[in-house]
Amino acid sequence: MSETAIELIGINKSFGAVHANRDIHLEVPRGTIHGIIGENGAGKSTLMSILYGFYQADSGEIRIDGKTVTIHTPNDAIAFGIGMVHQHFMLVENFTVLENVMLGAENAALLAGGISDARAELDRLEKEYGLEVDPDAVIEELPVGLQQRVEILKALYRGAEILILDEPTGVLTPAEANHLFRILRQLKEQGKTIVLITHKLREIMAVTDNVSVMRQGTMVATRKTAETTVEELAELMVGRRVLLRVEKGEANPGDVMLSVEGLTVRDSRGVTMVDDVSFNVRAGEIVGIAGVAGNGQSQLIEAITGIRKALSGTALLDGQPIGVTGSADPNELRGRGMAHVPEDRHHMGLVLPFEEYENSILGYHDDKRYISGPFLDMDAIRDDARVKIGKYDIRPDNCRLKTANFSGGNQQKIVLAREMERDPSVLVVAQPTRGVDVGAIEFIHKRIIEMRDQGKAVLLVSVELDEIRSLSDRILVMFAGRVVGERTPEATEGELGLLMAGVESQEAAE
Amino acid sequence: MATPYAKLPAWVDFGLIPFINLLVAFIVAGMVVLLVGESPLHAATLMVKGAFGSGEGVGYTLFYATNFIFTGLAVAVAFHCGLFNIGGEGQAYIAGLGVAVPCLMLDSFLPWPVVFLVAILGSAAIGAAWAFIPAYLQARRGSHIVITTIMFNFIASSVMVYLLVGALKPKGSMAPQTRTFLEGGHLPKLDWLLELFGASIRSTPLNVTFLLALVASAVVWALVWRTKLGYEIRTLGFSPKAARYAGINEAKIIVITMMISGALAGMMALNPIMGDQHRLQLDFVTGAGFVGIAVALMGRSHPAGIIPAAILFGMLYQGGAEISFEMPNISRDMIVIIQGLVILFAGALEHMLRPTVSTLFASMKPSSMTVDGAVAGDN
Repeated sequence: MSETAIELIGINKSFGAVHANRDIHLEVPRGTIHGIIGENGAGKSTLMSILYGFYQADSGEIRIDGKTVTIHTPNDAIAFGIGMVHQHFMLVENFTVLENVMLGAENAALLAGGISDARAELDRLEKEYGLEVDPDAVIEELPVGLQQRVEILKALYRGAEILILDEPTGVLTPAEANHLFRILRQLKEQGKTIVLITHKLREIMAVTDNVSVMRQGTMVATRKTAETTVEELAELMVGRRVLLRVEKGEANPGDVMLSVEGLTVRDSRGVTMVDDVSFNVRAGEIVGIAGVAGNGQSQLIEAITGIRKALSGTALLDGQPIGVTGSADPNELRGRGMAHVPEDRHHMGLVLPFEEYENSILGYHDDKRYISGPFLDMDAIRDDARVKIGKYDIRPDNCRLKTANFSGGNQQKIVLAREMERDPSVLVVAQPTRGVDVGAIEFIHKRIIEMRDQGKAVLLVSVELDEIRSLSDRILVMFAGRVVGERTPEATEGELGLLMAGVESQEAAE
Repeated sequence: MATPYAKLPAWVDFGLIPFINLLVAFIVAGMVVLLVGESPLHAATLMVKGAFGSGEGVGYTLFYATNFIFTGLAVAVAFHCGLFNIGGEGQAYIAGLGVAVPCLMLDSFLPWPVVFLVAILGSAAIGAAWAFIPAYLQARRGSHIVITTIMFNFIASSVMVYLLVGALKPKGSMAPQTRTFLEGGHLPKLDWLLELFGASIRSTPLNVTFLLALVASAVVWALVWRTKLGYEIRTLGFSPKAARYAGINEAKIIVITMMISGALAGMMALNPIMGDQHRLQLDFVTGAGFVGIAVALMGRSHPAGIIPAAILFGMLYQGGAEISFEMPNISRDMIVIIQGLVILFAGALEHMLRPTVSTLFASMKPSSMTVDGAVAGDN
């Protein structure tokens, strides 16, 4: 057995003219946790996809345990002992844990024999690695943290010696993330090799032994985690010095611009997603809503912005009713000074096949400025788009380019430019920096603070606790559709984390 | 991954790939011809000659193309809204009433331009009305438009049979058709247009409806890409969530789009009824509504693609007739097979060869393609 679990030598991969991986060298010693960090589009996922057999490298060599291998499909990768835990779980929601684990590895046409073998093996794995999950629980009834555990078990069941985790903490509470890190350390002690892909610097510092930084398709550096700092890694990722702290002054809260009272929202299945939520946002302050994804934040925002009907409750925009239970119309609310940066930029905030300038008027397309007679005034729209491109430094600076061809950060800037340049009085921003690179995060945060300082009321929803803490003037925590607490930004991460996990929800409800 | 394949130059995307698809379709069709025991080369020559070899052939080709331009545009407009209007056949069929009734009522005392105008409005209105019902059911009740429009084809067909053997049939006639229109219900031929190009004509059914089809193409282009309504249609078509976010009234846009689509399909009825047969006959649509689907797919839902695609199918119709005439082994049904193959390769399997072509291009001339930002990364 070689001391090096994975060795990549001179890996190249292009998609057309886009050089996604350029001459990549990587060595991962056996029994270590190796972090791979980089901005969106840096080529991390491409590299791991090559290792896992989704793509073929154009050139280069892969060595597993010192032996040169060719990996054509994920099945090959599994045969070489490589397992992958995807960012979006690949689980059959209405199957049990056991059924999911053995899916694709049934080993016989009839299930009966396979099931008892699988049960015994799963039992052994759970004991050995401390990964307790009820094998008969149905996936959709398990919390996200446990679902992820099932993904890990799936990989181990297939004999994985090398585990690749792609952005594993995106859906976890801080407590769940810590638990995951404990599991990873334990797996390491058992001799497994772990590759952790992330863009979160703190995770790298917390759990890895070594870290490699990717930028624009190349591997720019590999460091021992103990010998590096967050600042150095950020600089390596972006290629310049980055301000990680957000600079902001005191808030000057004015009148209540947005007030929500007893808002209850049910989804299409009749499940209560937002449960009797009340709060208000004043001019000149940022109210942050923290919470793990899926605790009703999306539905809350959609109700306030008129996209989704609420069951009951009221909401006022600058003292006038929004009509959340019936008449709300996103278009009319826009006219009354509400701007909305939606969390789902790809499907809601933008129409990806559109050219950039077409997206720069989405929702404002019946504005008199953009219309002449029955036609859209193309010149006016494009001129306007070009101005915004300049002001928000959107790259490439071409308003005729398809929106899908912009990077995540630039796509987000397109949305922000559209919503912020309308001088709204209330700005609702959801997940402003999801999938956005570090350089753009800095810019976006600055703009949000600027909006506040201009006296706008800002409602910020984010699953990134750091973002909430550094931007907000007040923090509301949502859990299971309820606001379970209000804190100041000085609240510790632990305190907020407990609230997010619903631990204090009993007391808060009283 | 954002884009697994690099962006291709426009001429490859819109020119080369459709051409290759077509080539494959013809090769497979050629093999079928070979199986029947005829020479594919001879058949191909016959087809091209039949379609474009004489002024008459060109006239017929463009006459058929006129039908397909209308139905192709109809399908394309609905496509832009993310709707699959399979009901072009029925919408055109029932819209025959909108042409025939004004003709029957006005042909004795009004000149053709006036009757034409009324017939345009009539056919568009009835086509739109026929599309309105499935559209409303989709928008308000969520009944799937594919199912309902198919159903409405059958209903249209039955209604027309009922009318043509009943109210519309002149007394004492045995044929299920209306009386022949008088002079006011005849559209002028476009023989002069063909003669302009030096063709000598005996008689072709090509008529002014062809020009109307070209106008309709321009109108559809302006509507889809240059108006607020078109913007809303495309937004809804690409992303219903974005449409809701933008405050676009989904139900309203679905209904309006389908009515425009139905109106375009309906106007197809002008061509055979007023332009050629001068009476309303049973089954005058003869599948044009369905060919429109293939035309729209092949033309990428863009008028600039739909017109050539419609002419191609016009060629298949006209040239196909020629083949079955000259080669007794090849029946009319064989022509339908060839058309089917074109639809299969140019429409349904449109993406089959694309990855190969993409890869080929990427390896051939990597410098010819622009880097569109960091597309091929995470996400």
